[in-house]
Amino acid sequence: MAATHSETRSARHSRRVSLRNILVRWELLLVVLITVVTLINIQQSPFFLKPVNLSRAARDFMELGIMMLPMTYIIIALATVDLSVASIMGMCASFMGLLFMNGVDIWIAVAAALALGVAAGAMNGFLVAHVKLPALVVTLATYAFYRGMAYAMLGDEAARGYPESFTYLGQGFIGDGRIIPFSLILFLALALIFGVVLHTTTFGRYLYAIGNNEQAARYSGVPVDRVKMILFVLSGFMSALAGLVLAARFGSTRPDIGLGLELTVITATVLGGISISGGTGTMIGAILSLLLIGLVRFGMGLMNLQGQVQDIVIGLLLIISVLLPSIGRMLSRRGALSNLNVSQVLQVTLFVIAMALFVAFFLWSRSLL
Amino acid sequence: MLKDTKFHLIALLAVLVLLLAGCQAAATPTEEAATEPPAAETEDVTEAPMTEEPVATEEAAGDIVIALVPKNLGNPYFDTANNGAQEAAAELGIEVQYQGSSTADATEQIQLLNSLIAQEVDGLAISANDADALVPTGQDAMAQGIPVVTWDSAIAPEGRDVHINQATAEGIARVQIEMAHRLADGEGQIAILSATSTAPNQNEWIGFMEEILQEPDYQGLELVDTVYGDDEDEKSYNEALGLMTTYPDLEVIIAPTTVGIAASARAVQDQGRIGEVLVTGLGTPNQMREYVKSGAAPEFALWNPGDLGYLAVYTIYHMVQGDITGAPGDEFDAGKLGNYTILDDGTILLGAPTVFDADNIDDFDF
Repeated sequence: MAATHSETRSARHSRRVSLRNILVRWELLLVVLITVVTLINIQQSPFFLKPVNLSRAARDFMELGIMMLPMTYIIIALATVDLSVASIMGMCASFMGLLFMNGVDIWIAVAAALALGVAAGAMNGFLVAHVKLPALVVTLATYAFYRGMAYAMLGDEAARGYPESFTYLGQGFIGDGRIIPFSLILFLALALIFGVVLHTTTFGRYLYAIGNNEQAARYSGVPVDRVKMILFVLSGFMSALAGLVLAARFGSTRPDIGLGLELTVITATVLGGISISGGTGTMIGAILSLLLIGLVRFGMGLMNLQGQVQDIVIGLLLIISVLLPSIGRMLSRRGALSNLNVSQVLQVTLFVIAMALFVAFFLWSRSLL
Repeated sequence: MLKDTKFHLIALLAVLVLLLAGCQAAATPTEEAATEPPAAETEDVTEAPMTEEPVATEEAAGDIVIALVPKNLGNPYFDTANNGAQEAAAELGIEVQYQGSSTADATEQIQLLNSLIAQEVDGLAISANDADALVPTGQDAMAQGIPVVTWDSAIAPEGRDVHINQATAEGIARVQIEMAHRLADGEGQIAILSATSTAPNQNEWIGFMEEILQEPDYQGLELVDTVYGDDEDEKSYNEALGLMTTYPDLEVIIAPTTVGIAASARAVQDQGRIGEVLVTGLGTPNQMREYVKSGAAPEFALWNPGDLGYLAVYTIYHMVQGDITGAPGDEFDAGKLGNYTILDDGTILLGAPTVFDADNIDDFDF
C-alpha cells in the first residue's frame, strides 16, 4: 500500500525517494518490533498464546483503534490533532445512556448518540474550516466543552442495564468459539475501508496533497475546506461509535468514560509513522502500531510490570519513532557521512545514553522494592 | 545504499538494546511468579517456561497466588492495605501480588485485571474504580473459577462474590460519639463541623449521631450546633473559629470529614485553646499526627485499611481452599481479626472503626 503514493509524484523527485524509504523502513521496523515483542511474550509467559487471553486482551484496544482511523486522516492532511475525540466519546455514550435510562429504545438511543457525534464533529469542522480557527485551539475548547456536557447529562449517576443485544457490540464474539470478538471484526472492517479510501481514492490523494502543501492543493482545485469539514465530522462519528463500543464493553456509562484516551489515540497514531508534520504515513503503519502497543501492554501485564513501566516503554517507543525518521533523513541525504553534523549526532547519542541510564536506574530502584 | 543498510542495522540494534533493557526487569518478577505457578489447567502449558515442571492438580497453600488490586498505585492508604495483605499472606504461607494501574481509571484497571485473569491467579481482591464498568470483567473472572472479593470500593453484586464493607454508618456515628463522650468527660457542649450540607455520607452519619445522643449514656452531651465547612480547608477553619466564638463553653468539635478535622484542630491550636476545646472525628494518621501530639485532637477514628487488606486475603484464601463459597451465612476464621460471617447482602463487615491516639498513631503511615 505504501507504494501507491501517486500524489507525491508532483513533489521534488529526490525528496520523494528518501521520504518513501523512510516510510517503508518505519513499517518494517514496526514489524520487527512486533516480532521481537511477540517472541519475548511467548518466552516470558506461558499464558500469552492462549486464544482466550489474546481475544480478551484484543477487546481492550478496539475503541482505541476505531478512534485512531480518523485521527490518522487528520494528522496526514492537517498536521494537527483532534483533541476532543475522547470527550465526544464520553458525551455521546452519556447521551445514549441518558436516553436509555429515560425509557428510549436502545437502538434509537444509539442512532441519536451517533448523530450527536456527527454534530459535535461538524461543530469542530465548522470552526476550523470556515471560521478558520486553529484546530488545536478549537478542539482543546471542545475537549472541555463536550466532557462537561457528559457530566451535565449524567452527573454522578451511571447508566446501566443495557440489553445483551447492545452489549454484544463490546462483549460479544463471532461464532460459538468465544474467541473472535465482534469489536475486532468491526475494527478490521472499518480499518480496511479507511485504508482503501486513503490509498486508492481521490479523497485519499487530497489528504496527502493538503498535508504536503495546503496552498498548492487549494490552487490546484482541491476543495480544502470541504475536506476539513468531512474529516472532523468523520472523527466525531467514529468517536461516538467508539464510545458506544466502550459503553457496551463496560455494560454501563459514566460521564468520565474514556477520560484521557485522546492522548493514547494520538500516541498510537504517531507511533504508526504518521508524521505529525503532515503529508506522510500509511494506514498499515497505524494498524501495526496499535498491534505493537497492544502486545507491549498485554505482554508486560502478563509479566506483572505495572502501568508506569508500560508507560515508560510506550513513551520510549514514541521517542524512537520520532527520532529515527529524522536521523534517517539526515543520513540519507547525499554524502551523508561527510555532512554529518557532529553536534547533532552527539546530542542524539547523549540523549539515548541519558534515557538508558534513566531506565536502568528506574528498573534498579524497582527491583530493590 | 550501503549507508542506508548500515543505518538500518544501527537503528535496529538501538531498539533491541532498549527493549532488552526493558525485559531485564521482566525477568525478576516473572521468575518469582513462575516458581509458584497457579497449578490449575496444567494441560495447557505446552510451551512451559524454563523453571516450570508439570505440577500436580492438588493446590497446596504455597501455590496460591492472590492479586491485591488497589484503585491506583502510589497512594499510602492502599499501601497500608497491602501491608495488611502481606501480613495475612505470610501467616497463610501464600503469595499476594500487589498490582495496580498508574491512574485510578476503570479502563486501565480492566486491562490490568484481564492480564491477571490471563495469568490464572487464584483470587482477585479489588478496590474498584467503577462499580458498573467492572462487572463484565468480574464475571469473566468468576466464570474462570477465580474468586472476586472487593474491598474499599465495591463492584456491583453481579460482578463479584463478596464485598468487604469497612464500616456501617451506625458504627461510624457511634465511635465518634463515644470519643466525644470520653473527651468531654461525660458532659458538656459539643458541635459538629461537617462537609457540605448535602453530602450524603456525612448527613447519614449525623442522623445516626443525633439518635445515639438520645441514649441514656450520652444525656450529658449537648449538641449545640452543626456547621458546614464544605470540605474546603479555609471555610472549615473559619467555621471552627466561629463555633469557638459563639459557644465559649464548647468542649468538643466533632468533624466527620478529613478536611474538617484537620482545619478544626489547626484552629484550636492557633487560638491557643488546646485542652479547652478538643477536636475529634474522622481523619487519617499522617494528617492528624501533629494534632494528636499537640493535644488539639487527642483521638480520632477511621477504619484501618491494613485490616481491610488482611481480611480480603483471608476471605479469598478460604474460598480458594473450598472452605466457603462466598454465600450468605458462610463463616470463616480471619487470623488476628477473629471470626467473620458473610451477611445476607453478600458483604462482610470489617468491624468497628479503629481509634487512633497518642499511643498507637505512630504505628500507622497513611
